[in-house]
Amino acid sequence: MSASEKYVAAAYLVVFVAVLAWIAIIAAKLARLERDASELTELARRRAEHADEREKVSV
Amino acid sequence: MGPGLFCDHCSGFVLLRLRNIPLPALAVAAVVLMGTALALIFFYAPIDADQGLSQKIFYIHVPIALTAYACFAWGAWKAFLHLWKRPPGADLESYVAIHQGVIFGALTLLTGSIWARISWGHWWAWSSNQLVTFLILFLFYSAYFMLRYSVEPGPARANMCAVYALFGVVLIPVSWLSIRIANDYIHPTVFTTNGPQMSGSMFLAFCVSWAALLTLAGTMYRVELAGKRLDSRLRELRELLA
Repeated sequence: MSASEKYVAAAYLVVFVAVLAWIAIIAAKLARLERDASELTELARRRAEHADEREKVSV
Repeated sequence: MGPGLFCDHCSGFVLLRLRNIPLPALAVAAVVLMGTALALIFFYAPIDADQGLSQKIFYIHVPIALTAYACFAWGAWKAFLHLWKRPPGADLESYVAIHQGVIFGALTLLTGSIWARISWGHWWAWSSNQLVTFLILFLFYSAYFMLRYSVEPGPARANMCAVYALFGVVLIPVSWLSIRIANDYIHPTVFTTNGPQMSGSMFLAFCVSWAALLTLAGTMYRVELAGKRLDSRLRELRELLA
């Protein structure tokens, strides 16, 4: 591999690695958002169950 | 004129509304254009007689730099809209565009340094106005994040960030014109008043590469914006449920 070939490969590889790193960061962020959404769904479900129980007691 | 060709906030300019293009279609277009650009660069565009194979870096370095300028300009435009018409979400859109601009700006500096090493024999030249003004532009917009994260979220932060983003946009024409104004002999000038100084096949490869990088930047912008909006809605929901 000549010096020119090495530098051209390095320039294109830098861009490719940057895009991959960005995808990895976004994937990590998406996983966090998914965890947050499940946590909030669980919280809302518990709230709804609690409200149902209170309604039954008052009847 | 079909629907969606005029932007809500800039009637008079024919701008394709990015948000009307479905995100999967935009992502597929980015992948297809990237593949086409790489094929054109390595199998269609001829090897430069002067620089040899290292000139192939031009097809990635210059479009990345132009995409960075476009991202900064888009961020400044959204900042201007925020100050002018106060549409909801303009501050977040400006922030995401500037974030994309900084990513592409860092890539411009990296690919440029690699090209400089093989062409000039050193990684950086302080005597080149084009390089120095681009570095100033990059550092200016990098400091935007320091400002943003040092102020409490709210209207005051949005206004301050918008003014800062607008100031930075002045550096784009300065960076672009610096080599033309100051007779920079180190950094090559490909686009002159006589048009692009390259063959038709080279220009085609360059245009496809630029289109590919603009589409990639658009896809990244939309994905990041969707993530930020979702994050903010979930935070709001958490506060409501607390």
